[in-house]
Amino acid sequence: MSRKMYTILSIMLIGAFALAACGPAAPKTVTINWWHISTADPGLSFWAGLAKQYMTDHPNVTINITVLENEAFKTKLTTVMQSGNPPDIFQSWGGGDMNAQVQAGMLQDITPALDANSGAWRQTFGAGALSVYAYQGKNYGVPWDMGMVGWWYNKDLFAKAGITDTPTTWSDFLNDVKKLEAAGITPIALGEGDKWPGMHIWMYLATRIGGEAAFDAAYSQKGSFTDPAFIQAFQKLQDLIALQPFQPGYLSATHDDMEGYFGNGKAAMELTGQWGPSVETADSADKKGVANLGFFNFPSVEGGVGKNTDVCGGGNGFAIGKNAPPEAIDFVKFLTNATNEAQMAKLGMGIPPVAGAESGLTDPNMLAVKQNVANATYFQLYYDQYLPPAMGSALNDSVQTIFAATATPQQAAQAIEDSAKQNLK
Amino acid sequence: MEVAQARSDAPASPQPTRSPRRTQDYLTIALFLAPAFILFLIFLVYPIFSSLYFSLFNWNGLGPAVDFVSLDNFKQILTDQVFMKAVGDCLLIVVLSLIIQLPLALALAIMVGRDLPGRAFFRAVFFMPYVLSEVITAIIWMGLFSADPSRGLINALLILIPGVQPQGFLSNIHQVLLCVFVVLSWKYFGLHMLLYMAGLQNIPKEVEEAALIDGANRWQLTTNVTIPLLGSTIRTTIYLSVLGSLTQFTLVWIMTKGGPVNASEFMATYMYRFGFVRFMLGYGSAVALVMLLICLAFSVAYLRLARQPDYLGGM
Repeated sequence: MSRKMYTILSIMLIGAFALAACGPAAPKTVTINWWHISTADPGLSFWAGLAKQYMTDHPNVTINITVLENEAFKTKLTTVMQSGNPPDIFQSWGGGDMNAQVQAGMLQDITPALDANSGAWRQTFGAGALSVYAYQGKNYGVPWDMGMVGWWYNKDLFAKAGITDTPTTWSDFLNDVKKLEAAGITPIALGEGDKWPGMHIWMYLATRIGGEAAFDAAYSQKGSFTDPAFIQAFQKLQDLIALQPFQPGYLSATHDDMEGYFGNGKAAMELTGQWGPSVETADSADKKGVANLGFFNFPSVEGGVGKNTDVCGGGNGFAIGKNAPPEAIDFVKFLTNATNEAQMAKLGMGIPPVAGAESGLTDPNMLAVKQNVANATYFQLYYDQYLPPAMGSALNDSVQTIFAATATPQQAAQAIEDSAKQNLK
Repeated sequence: MEVAQARSDAPASPQPTRSPRRTQDYLTIALFLAPAFILFLIFLVYPIFSSLYFSLFNWNGLGPAVDFVSLDNFKQILTDQVFMKAVGDCLLIVVLSLIIQLPLALALAIMVGRDLPGRAFFRAVFFMPYVLSEVITAIIWMGLFSADPSRGLINALLILIPGVQPQGFLSNIHQVLLCVFVVLSWKYFGLHMLLYMAGLQNIPKEVEEAALIDGANRWQLTTNVTIPLLGSTIRTTIYLSVLGSLTQFTLVWIMTKGGPVNASEFMATYMYRFGFVRFMLGYGSAVALVMLLICLAFSVAYLRLARQPDYLGGM
């Protein structure tokens, strides 16, 4: 009996295989590894939802999401890069870091995908935002958010200190800081333990004082980071620091500490990017954030040649790893389509650099940011991101020495220039 | 008789028949050693030599190392004031540990190792910090040290004292290193205390009783009998403490990242900063080698100078 059973079973199995072989070829199953850094909602669930939706529409695709905190992400990414095995899709800010990855052959050239169908996908992006993820004329990633750094402020606290207008010049700004202090309000939240938040203040001062020309000269090494514009920027920064406008312990506070302090309504201002509103809300104790949030451009500096419409900032994008399957590119195309980008904007996660996604942008502050970026006379990617990684980090360290008053403007500028000599060739 | 019998097994002279046996012995030894030795080669020896190789390059970790700079990295390390500061900070922690942390652990061991009421309870309490992971320890203390009195317990208590301002602690470049030392001591004195307690149990009761009968008081007993007999344990804890201070990383990196502005820079955080924050892996490798040499020099010197056998007496 048992032998008969085996025979029947065998025949059934063979038949099943034969049938399977005759049927339509199922699409090959692929796995996409995706690393992003949206550790909190709304970003966390938004990305997870999109991945799920894509997997439902494409049953052969499995998407593995790895969520990492900003600093941990940078460390872990470098480790996997050394093993020659980058994730298929991962967070990128473009600039010097990305260029180093391209030089090492870790990224995939996606220019053909962007140019397919006479550039259908390419045309959906703003050209400036897309170019942040290009190196020597080839594209290695796409932006999903493009914005700028500026002062976010708490309107209620400004009113309490009797400030009616947002400052347009640096001396106005310092006056407002004094008014806030007189009213017993911490004027500025700062996370200088992470170094880059304070670097933003210096970067803007240098941009307002020296304009595009000063940075270009230093970057090309025809000039130097010890040129007057950069020294003066440090001196102006010292003027601000002398007023002691920051929350207690700012020198070791992280970026999240800063956002939390501002979000809890304990400080009147913070200088940060377009992610400010969503992060200060997420980091606030009641998850509600600042009720009356405003935005103003970094004030101009008297005697500076930089224009008020010059903009420093950057955005977020996804880079494509060298081993990524074509499905990964298709998935990124899906992530950055107008519908999803509009939804992203609606959630306040960023400012879509994609045509047709503007509808999602309703918040007046975010619209102001988008307007500023669109009208920028000069757009400078964050210095620490634009420069080669070793130099970006040295620059952040140098700016922190000014905050801690352990170096003079000349010494800090010299430290940056020393690093430039090693890294800019 | 006994001796002769025992020796009858041993070769009287090297004989050809012995040789295969000995080869077999060696083979057995080799086989048993091999797994551990291979792991040792892969995870210890190979990385050291690859560090040595990379330390001669200016290399960002991406792609092959091609920019050969010979000994420039080492020159730069030895002339970098920040590295010198890191070495100085490590040495300061070493000294503070030796004059504060270890004596404290010893005193507590002698107290709770004897007849203090409820000593089992104290033993558990003092040892508990050592069981906590370094990351958790760091995060707990970051909260305690917070400069904002509404968030940091220590400052919240401080401002209750009239006339006392909240302190910066980890954000104050003059206080941060001391704060780190407090946390390191809190975390590790339990281990040293445990080692001392184990050492105390090895001291024969008779010796101490004899001293008491001879009229020694409690203090004399401790300084003249107990501590000298703990000599080998004390030497071990000094060794562990110094090496631990020289290579300390996790706690410091999480609490301060070596900052603000290098105020709490240790050799290991300096290495990490250059290796994995600035991605100068060639330079980072060179720093790692310098660290290795410093630790090795200490180990060799200490073992030769301090670890004489106990029967030579005293400490």
